[in-house]
Amino acid sequence: MSKVIRVENLSKAYQLGDFGTGTISRDLERFWARIRGKDDPFLKIGEVNDRTIKGVSDVVWSLKDLNFEIEQGDAVGIIGRNGAGKSTLLKILSRVTSPTTGSVKVKGRVASLLEVGTGFHPELTGTENIYLNGAILGMRKAEIKRKFDEIVDFSGVERYIDTPVKRYSSGMYVRLAFAVAAHLESEILIVDEVLAVGDAEFQKKCLGKMGDISKGEGRTVLFVSHNMGAIKKFCEKAIYLDKGNIKQYDTVDKVINSYTILSRDTRSVYAVAEPADKLAIGAFISQIAVEETSGNRVSEIRVGDSWQIRVTFTITANVKHFIIALGIIDSRETNVRTTWSNPVDITAGKYEAVFIESDLLLASGRYGLNVGLSSYEKAIQYIENAAYINISDISADNLDKSIIRTSGIGVLLNPMEITIYPAK
Amino acid sequence: MNQLTEENWDIEITPKNNLFSLGLKDVWQYRDLLVLLVRRDFVSFYKQTILGPIWFFVQPIITILIYNLVFNNLANIGTDKIPGPVFYLAGTILWNYFADCLTKTSTVFRDNAAMLGKVYFPRLIMPLSIVLSNLIRFAVQFILFVLLMLVYHFYGSPIRPNIYILLFPLLIILIAALGLGLGMIISAVTTKYRDLAFVVSFGVPLLMYTTTVIYPLSATIIKYPAYSWLIKFNPVTAVIETFRYGFLNKGSFCWELLAYSSCITIIILLTGIVIFNRVEKNFVDTV
Repeated sequence: MSKVIRVENLSKAYQLGDFGTGTISRDLERFWARIRGKDDPFLKIGEVNDRTIKGVSDVVWSLKDLNFEIEQGDAVGIIGRNGAGKSTLLKILSRVTSPTTGSVKVKGRVASLLEVGTGFHPELTGTENIYLNGAILGMRKAEIKRKFDEIVDFSGVERYIDTPVKRYSSGMYVRLAFAVAAHLESEILIVDEVLAVGDAEFQKKCLGKMGDISKGEGRTVLFVSHNMGAIKKFCEKAIYLDKGNIKQYDTVDKVINSYTILSRDTRSVYAVAEPADKLAIGAFISQIAVEETSGNRVSEIRVGDSWQIRVTFTITANVKHFIIALGIIDSRETNVRTTWSNPVDITAGKYEAVFIESDLLLASGRYGLNVGLSSYEKAIQYIENAAYINISDISADNLDKSIIRTSGIGVLLNPMEITIYPAK
Repeated sequence: MNQLTEENWDIEITPKNNLFSLGLKDVWQYRDLLVLLVRRDFVSFYKQTILGPIWFFVQPIITILIYNLVFNNLANIGTDKIPGPVFYLAGTILWNYFADCLTKTSTVFRDNAAMLGKVYFPRLIMPLSIVLSNLIRFAVQFILFVLLMLVYHFYGSPIRPNIYILLFPLLIILIAALGLGLGMIISAVTTKYRDLAFVVSFGVPLLMYTTTVIYPLSATIIKYPAYSWLIKFNPVTAVIETFRYGFLNKGSFCWELLAYSSCITIIILLTGIVIFNRVEKNFVDTV
């Protein structure tokens, strides 16, 4: 297969901070170095782009020495945490900005969708904006005319097509904008997370169109998203960016796997502050850990996998009728379930309680955990959102991958018993 | 990778541009966008108005009435024996075209940062669309000028255009190129430090007084012989004077001054192109 994109030693530096009187002297210095044919003195002190730590230099490398090639017809997903350089890479590839060093070579026409509705003018009607937006995205007028009916049809706003778009609801606006973009005819399509718009029905339509483009029409697609389910569905390959470097470029399954492993951080274990009156209350919780059932601590559980919560607590005085309880709350503050241990009389010492979830299938998302200790009906300690459990978009091996399991389809995924048989 | 495919790359994205390459081929590819942007400017100007495009006439009419009242009647500044309104309109429409091109082009990066930061098209399209949509405004106002000329022609003071009227297309190109060139220089310089933008916003209206919009060049030569060179060396002066000479057969015209203006315009346009090319690739990061 032939290469359509080749990236060589691509780097991009950004200057942080405000521009003002303080930066002009440095600009003059750089200018002076440049006209003498020397290297830019400020790029030498550039730092790795880690937004969480305070650096000494205010020049950061958003991308550093990237090298890769993309073959024709490939659908490549680009993943990485916030600030890994994904958007910078797309901006360079779509020629919105240029690299600091290195080069990119491209074969064919590139259309980029970093945003839907770029250049929409609120005063103009839907029709006028279709033409304008199409032209901005690189379509010729004749091309837009040919596809006009198709675009209007796809957008589903036919009735409003002669109304200025400032009167559109935000949903209609986005529908029209995506409809134009979806009908671009380019050899290479670059898509940033623009699909996170519109209602569920329209999102599905967009994802379907994306699928047609990458699979059916054989075009090269670069797709940035945090939705691993969508990436997995449309891309065969993926690039994992981390702090401006390529960590991995491989098949989509391998990359997503290592991404989820590498993005597991220490937050699988949540320390709980000791209460001030720990001796008086008789018992307190010190730590909560999220684990796979094998005992590995993880910050993210693949949807469909079973998991367990390990609570470490200390008993300072003998407690009668001791109960430990765990509650799960979803991101919409809905209590999903609460579970209690059988009451026991317990003596002083350090204990661990393990809550194993083996039959409830939670949809992907972030859930808060409440833990409580009590004796008879009297609460000893109760902590809301003491820890969190993340269920990732990536399906466990035994689940059908064609279904995207976000919480949009319901919190519980446990299937009903379904039988299908010929009607009498 | 063999030699053959090496040469087949369509686009090469590198840190630096070729300084003098305008990428006109690229602009030609996007010519429909240029037309649509001009149309957008034109249409959105009078959207939701009752009078519609008639508003293009209102501004110059009121301007020349006030100029006539203040400068001609009140301050007694002569108009080379041309009827006041015609004299002022000739200067005003040319100056407005220049000033609009200059001020709009000088903020083009900032005004369109949201759009330019999300999608690629040849950046030159933006300033070109400004020059073209202002040209349409100019054309509309020029019709007004011709109408006014005819009115005066039939009501007393005959106006006799001469052969230099043929220079008109050149004058338009000169003034457009001058506005575009200066605008591009300012737009490029202001992407990182915006200081110059303040100078433009109050400086351009003041600059009008350094050229012959509200007074004839001949009057300044008589009144301030020592300083008239200042006004002569404003490259817009030659354009306005030649325009008046061609259409109204009055005013100071000399080839040397026009040649001088043309040279200055070419230099400014080339400088503008070079600076614009330097900046266009990376302005998104600093604007």
